[in-house]
Amino acid sequence: MCLGVPGRVVSVSEGFAVVDFWGVRREVRLDIVDQPVSPGDYILNHVGFAIRRIPEEDIGETIALYDTLLAEGANDDLMTADVRAEIAGTGRDNG
Amino acid sequence: MDSASPQAATVTGSTGLDDAIRQLKFRDPSLARGLAETIARVTREIGRSPVSVMHVCGSHEQAIAKFGLRATFPAELNVIMGPGCPVCITDTPEVDEGVALARQGIVVASYGDMIRVPGTRRSLADAQAEGARVEVVYSAAQAVDLARRLPAEQVVFFATGFETTAVATAAILRSNPPENFSVLSAHKYIPPVMEIVAEMPETRVEGFLAAGHAATITGWGIFEGFVERHGIPVVVAGFEPLDILAGLARLVELVRDRAPRVVNMFPRCVTKEGNRKAQAELWSVFRPLGGRWRGIAHVPNGNLRLREEWAHRDARKRFRIDLTALWDEAPAGLAQQCICGDIMSGISSPSDCDLFGKECVPDTPVGACMVSSEGTCKIWHQYGGLPDLRGAL
Repeated sequence: MCLGVPGRVVSVSEGFAVVDFWGVRREVRLDIVDQPVSPGDYILNHVGFAIRRIPEEDIGETIALYDTLLAEGANDDLMTADVRAEIAGTGRDNG
Repeated sequence: MDSASPQAATVTGSTGLDDAIRQLKFRDPSLARGLAETIARVTREIGRSPVSVMHVCGSHEQAIAKFGLRATFPAELNVIMGPGCPVCITDTPEVDEGVALARQGIVVASYGDMIRVPGTRRSLADAQAEGARVEVVYSAAQAVDLARRLPAEQVVFFATGFETTAVATAAILRSNPPENFSVLSAHKYIPPVMEIVAEMPETRVEGFLAAGHAATITGWGIFEGFVERHGIPVVVAGFEPLDILAGLARLVELVRDRAPRVVNMFPRCVTKEGNRKAQAELWSVFRPLGGRWRGIAHVPNGNLRLREEWAHRDARKRFRIDLTALWDEAPAGLAQQCICGDIMSGISSPSDCDLFGKECVPDTPVGACMVSSEGTCKIWHQYGGLPDLRGAL
């Protein structure tokens, strides 16, 4: 639960962003992120809320771990399952 | 840091380390090798054994176990998982409160792992099997959706997790959920438990690796007072295998140099002041209160409870929760042998437990540490226990 998951902002509306997580688009709430968020930004999502806008120069470092976990795809792997659950638990499905 | 220096590369040169590094799925094996060798060299320079450091995050333990990092640690370094699994430290009476509410006809929404954690006599899953309505949700927002779909029912969200998750619960409460939605808060706050564990004589923790994402909310500055009080260094680290190795390398350097301070090795997500907006949301809804953490101790200010202004959303205030009926029966026998508490305090390892991998397995867990994907026992069980390739302990 503590891992969270980063994603790319597709669009922003009042209080929400549509965020792409490895091809899955979900609504993420923007109530508690402390910086302005725009399409193209990467955010760190935790249980449906953006908690941090990830600085551009750090995006590659941040998503590499998740690339490894999600590309391996083993559903019985604890870390992969936690990341998938985190995505599933995020807001509503949005295409 | 001097991790990439040519001297470092010649210090160990053991084939064991080479094998371990080869097995790691690093994008940059040479950097990993340099960090592992720095950790080994600096630990030996400390000149004591064991040198025990603690992390407090299930995701750190997952990464350490999954990527086989322990195989790269020197025999003298003991990297312990402390009370970093929110499901595991949720106390038995808190589970009992959820069970009692469910048995009273209230719809209880809970994170998935939590429903299998044993209470005194029953888990939420047991209550569900007996006909109570217990719903698994992935987030507080989904619990609110459930309340909207069931306007004739009372829905209680069994809110578990550390400050990162509590912030989400706070934001949900502040966004005007329906009247039939309440919260049973079992949220916990990590900084106070570090104070307790730091003073446990059996543990002798010499440094803490703090969890990056909790610190995203609180900021790394929150650990400065801790360092001053206990003289123990704190390094904030991320979750990549390289992040963890770099964090540990810095941590053993601080131990060696007897230079207790806070070092932020995860600046891409963590600032000194943290996310102030999130902190404001958190403390507008919750207040810290002392209480027990399962198996560990009474932790002053370790529980997050709803503030008085939120009494109308507080399941403990809205409903009469009758626990006595649950406590008439004795707790299950095997549970008495569970050493989860010692494991989370860093006193024992899963392999010290007579039940581990025998009576207690993921399908039929005896203790909470075998239930949660962030529990030490479940992580060790999945990833092959203690991958002790060091040949010594």
